[in-house]
Amino acid sequence: MKAAVLVFPGSNCDRDLAIAFRAAGFETAMVWHKETELPADVDLVGVPGGFSYGDYLRCGAIAARSPIAAALKAHADRGGFVFAPCNGFQILTEAGMLPGALLRNAGLKYICRTVGLRVEETESAFTSRYDRGQVIDVPIAHHEGNYTADDETIARLNGENLVAFRYVATPNGATDGIAGVLSPNRRVLGMMPHPERAADPLHGGTDGAALFAGVAAALVSA
Amino acid sequence: MKVKVTVMLKTGVLDPQGEAVRHALGAMGFDGVEGVRQGKLIELDLAEGTTEADVTAMCEKLLANTVIESYAIEM
Repeated sequence: MKAAVLVFPGSNCDRDLAIAFRAAGFETAMVWHKETELPADVDLVGVPGGFSYGDYLRCGAIAARSPIAAALKAHADRGGFVFAPCNGFQILTEAGMLPGALLRNAGLKYICRTVGLRVEETESAFTSRYDRGQVIDVPIAHHEGNYTADDETIARLNGENLVAFRYVATPNGATDGIAGVLSPNRRVLGMMPHPERAADPLHGGTDGAALFAGVAAALVSA
Repeated sequence: MKVKVTVMLKTGVLDPQGEAVRHALGAMGFDGVEGVRQGKLIELDLAEGTTEADVTAMCEKLLANTVIESYAIEM
């Protein structure tokens, strides 16, 4: 099983993500944003958290147009797995790979703490190892995590069960408490919380580890 | 050729920064500030012959996120 983690100037969760991928059994390569191709036969691509390009213009806006972005889109179009926490989620919405946008938190504050997430949908490799309705503890650390989209999009996400996770108590103003969104083929997941920071006992919690194990299991059984 | 692009959050999209500015103005004693919307102004220095269609493409593809923002071009 092969994974790649994209690295942009200002990424700061790239190594955390690589550690979580490796712990789940992925041979993981780091890929600089100026590359135009992903390593051959990559199954899973991580778009990490951080402050790509210093959040200039809008969070994720420049990264979404960087040279590696076309290869990322092609990977997703081929049905490859993409996992994008925090800034990664912002990058995917900016790239048009997931719907909606992330606005400044409703309280205008950067929020860094562990929150409860309700697993809303288990029909995806990412969430297959959780139970529907299970509450997991995962850290958030963001200033722009207030998920928004037009009413039609929100209705579609809810109706097609593409909301993977909702906050138990919404900390940032996100519409319908949406914390994580799946693509229609359920192989692309963007979410504001950081499961890679709850994947090892030393993190203080391991509720995030099952997400990476779920993708690994899906690839082994495929 | 200088071109100005104004990018604003769309009507209906909550602007928490604008709200914070409105509250601050009220707290300072400026009565009657009923709304504040905060956006950004982008100045482009373009080669002669650049068309409005070119600038529109720049706005659509990068300068504005049309999911949440609207833009106005001043050539």
